[in-house]
Amino acid sequence: MIIGLDVGGTHADVVLLGTEGLVASVKVPTDAGDLFQTVLRGLEEITADVHPETIHRIVLSTTLTTNAIIQGQVPPVGMIVSGGPGIDPALFRTNEHYFTVGGAIDHRGRIVEAVDPRDIKAIAKQLRREGIRQVGVVGKFSVRNPVHEIEIARILGEDFDKIFLGHRVAGSLNFPRRIATTYLNAAVHPVHKQFFIAVQRSLTEKGLSVPIRILKADGGNMQFAASIDFPAQTALSGPAASVMGSLAFAPDEDEALVFDIGGTTTDMAILVNGVPLLDPAGIELGGYKTLIRALETHSIGMGGDSAVRVENGALKIGPERRGPALAYGGPVPTPTDAMFVLEMIRGEGRQAALDGISALGAQLGMTAEAVAEKIFDAACHSIIDAAEAMVARVNSKPVYTVHEMLEGHTVKPRKILVLGGPALYFAHRLEEISGYKVGVIPRWKVANAIGAALARTTCEVTVFADTERGIATAPEENYTENVSSRFSGEEAVQLAYRLLRDKAARLGGTAEAHEVEVVENLQFNMVRGFYTSGKNIRVRVQVKPGLIQDYDPVAGRLTD
Amino acid sequence: MIVARHKTGLVFFPAFDWAISPTHPEREERLLYTQDQVFEEGLFDIEGISEFKPDLVTVNDVQRVHFCVPDPWSVMTESHFISAGGAKTIGMAVMDKRVERGFALVRPPGHHAMRVVHGSRGFCAVNIEAIMIEFIRAAYKVRRVAVVDTDCHHGDGTQDIYWHDPDTLFISLHQDGRTLYPGTGFTNEIGGPNATGMTINIPLPPHTGDEGFLHVMREAVMPILKEFKPEVVINSAGQDNHFSDPITNMNFSAQGYAALTDMLKPDICVLEGGYSIEGALPYVNVGLILALAGVDYSRVREPAYDPKRIRQPAMVTARIAETCKEVLAIWDQRERLRERAGDPGTLISRERTLFYDTDNIVERQKETVRVCRECGGAWKVDSSSDRRKRILAVHIPRHACRACQQTGYDWFDQAPVTGFDKVFLQDRTKDQFRIKDPQSPGA
Ligand SMILES: [Zn+2]
Ligand SMILES: [Zn+2]
Ligand SMILES: [Zn+2]
Repeated sequence: MIIGLDVGGTHADVVLLGTEGLVASVKVPTDAGDLFQTVLRGLEEITADVHPETIHRIVLSTTLTTNAIIQGQVPPVGMIVSGGPGIDPALFRTNEHYFTVGGAIDHRGRIVEAVDPRDIKAIAKQLRREGIRQVGVVGKFSVRNPVHEIEIARILGEDFDKIFLGHRVAGSLNFPRRIATTYLNAAVHPVHKQFFIAVQRSLTEKGLSVPIRILKADGGNMQFAASIDFPAQTALSGPAASVMGSLAFAPDEDEALVFDIGGTTTDMAILVNGVPLLDPAGIELGGYKTLIRALETHSIGMGGDSAVRVENGALKIGPERRGPALAYGGPVPTPTDAMFVLEMIRGEGRQAALDGISALGAQLGMTAEAVAEKIFDAACHSIIDAAEAMVARVNSKPVYTVHEMLEGHTVKPRKILVLGGPALYFAHRLEEISGYKVGVIPRWKVANAIGAALARTTCEVTVFADTERGIATAPEENYTENVSSRFSGEEAVQLAYRLLRDKAARLGGTAEAHEVEVVENLQFNMVRGFYTSGKNIRVRVQVKPGLIQDYDPVAGRLTD
Repeated sequence: MIVARHKTGLVFFPAFDWAISPTHPEREERLLYTQDQVFEEGLFDIEGISEFKPDLVTVNDVQRVHFCVPDPWSVMTESHFISAGGAKTIGMAVMDKRVERGFALVRPPGHHAMRVVHGSRGFCAVNIEAIMIEFIRAAYKVRRVAVVDTDCHHGDGTQDIYWHDPDTLFISLHQDGRTLYPGTGFTNEIGGPNATGMTINIPLPPHTGDEGFLHVMREAVMPILKEFKPEVVINSAGQDNHFSDPITNMNFSAQGYAALTDMLKPDICVLEGGYSIEGALPYVNVGLILALAGVDYSRVREPAYDPKRIRQPAMVTARIAETCKEVLAIWDQRERLRERAGDPGTLISRERTLFYDTDNIVERQKETVRVCRECGGAWKVDSSSDRRKRILAVHIPRHACRACQQTGYDWFDQAPVTGFDKVFLQDRTKDQFRIKDPQSPGA
């Protein structure tokens, strides 16, 4: 059986899935000050009546690293940044102990200027003196040639707990984001490591020896042991969990929008042929722009508990939440109260809702029913408008070839899948407004935990070959080989797939044929004078976000 | 966090699947390393710098500027529709005030493309700046536009397009035509009888460096712009003046290009040439973008930069100072020169032979313009090529006076039925393009 656990702001959802479908689900309140107890309680409750040996998979999605970053509760770490010519790297400062040093590599990966070991030794001394245990080392164009990062790490020596190297965090070019991502990995490393070691130990004591897996922002998971090198990838996994939970019910050969309508916000994502779209850049978190792979999601301040008021004679809904709906003892009217007034939701809170909405009506010269109708309609409209804007934004992302420009894929969703507390009530109106077919995700209350449970292991590999320099490299994989001038684009793709399979295995997954794809495949003849001097090849492959292979029978039974 | 002082928009379209031919300077690889550098510097993450996806230009957009023989589809590839579209997208973003300044980093380039287009010359088929300018004139009622062409080659196409337009100031800085393609752009090329002085050519000797370019900008270009008072300033931002460019002989640097941009403060930049794809373009483009956006560019430096090796010779400095004086003297006398260029109401003709080096076509032109003090004057071009195509192109300018409109219509209506493959009328007062096809009955 499989356990999926997703920690949210107010509570954690836990599910137990077996071949018979959803075996059990529990909800435990989140103790923001002690996530360890929250996770442990959730796991204890869900396994109360189960034999430990029957559990073969445990996937956790937590707010641990997200909270640590947003609240700045991280230890001081050292950052050593080698920029070379261009924008002053001092402008990319991430933290207090941030040092810029010499050394330069150009866009082809050629060394322009060496690193001065004396600078590094002096910095190492200072970091040791200040008791700093984690260090990040980042060079411009290190994904073209990591030699300076490796050299700096070597000089730093064995005196630090962990050294994070920029070329290992992602294969893409973006020096400032590489700096931020490396910093975040170094910063959350201790808290991440302590936390999951503690979780794993407690589980072992209960006889649950299966290695835990942790959900990432891209909707995939990795085993705890592998996550030690990339702990920041576990940030912002919450929105991804819900999207993954909707996948089992998504059309295979169509495009759909997913709305997770909550109390405070509505999160949205786009599915193409059953695969969620990825954000081509990376997440932004706590003011840091990163290279952390994530699903393309958009969040708006509109939910069942959004505060409603009259401002300058007009209704205003959200974006903030002041508490629950009046109907549930909250302080201000909300869309949920409007649904009480319209008798879409029935219950004893209706009088409180009616009073609050009537007061708004008095200001607007309208009946309570008319105001409620207007609030509900406006809420639905703002969700649809935001979704359409998101689709337009995805479709207007720049492309760099004539082929993509003229024949590139345009996303045109025709279906909406909704989940979350108020989703059931919104579905019908959303369908009327958008003209899209709207479906409510079965088991939507625990779709996030189901998504965590069933997500496959994802990863990405970038191969860069420059046959004039005679090299093929996969920087993230710490891989370089010498290649001949005949090395081809096809060989680069084969190499990338081989490295992808190795990486997936290391992270705890597979890279089956139906799970992988080539994301980028560019090959250029390098012409110097009037002759072709080599080929410049860029290949990127990935394991797509999706559900584990044996999910089908399980998902089929989730609808009951 | 880095914040741009000027909100800046970029269209980046490297056309990674388009080339004139596999080893041509205008090939797939040209902007590859520029993309690497721009991405690695994280320029699109700077607060205030945004990237736009290019639109495609329409045939109407092209026909506001060009007479394509026999039609636009025959002389343009998809890539031309996109690169001109990229310039148009940036033009719109600036005019709509979504950004303060913009840069169309696109290929293929356009500044050698003239009014009549039989094929490609100097790697250009259509003039992407002119297509953008005429679009914003039609859509936003802009009138006075200045184009400053800082490509190493004379912008002979842009010069040809605006030769008779008193509302467009065209200034070209380039390596002396006696030493480089296309062999034109001398100080005595100053515009037609209705726009005398509105074309300004500043030929520079080989080995002109940062000092020389910035001298010309400070002493000639900026004072002239100040007097002309353009509503929009366009920079044809060619990058082949770089000391490492393989097909030119200048000593300009990335710092120089950035400083030039800083001084010019163009509203819109459009990439032109530049063929040192590894040693110059990545650095020149980063410097240019930072300068446009008002972000510190002082640390942008190409690996091969050595100020001693590219110092400008003293003779070059002296020659440039003289050229600037000459250019300013012509500018100051422009009213008088226009009076002397012809009597109002008369017709003036010139004949020329043009060579399309990229497509190996020879064109013969006879151009006739009506001298007019009220407007830019109607003109017509009788053009034939050695591919045995002959057309008549008639142009009625924006803001044409009655007499010039009438002249244009007379020329179009009375064009002989035989002898031309096509007769075109570009009536800018109505934003209309008409085609008479004398060969096919019922036209
Ligand atoms: Zn020029
Ligand atoms: Zn040029
Ligand atoms: Zn006139």
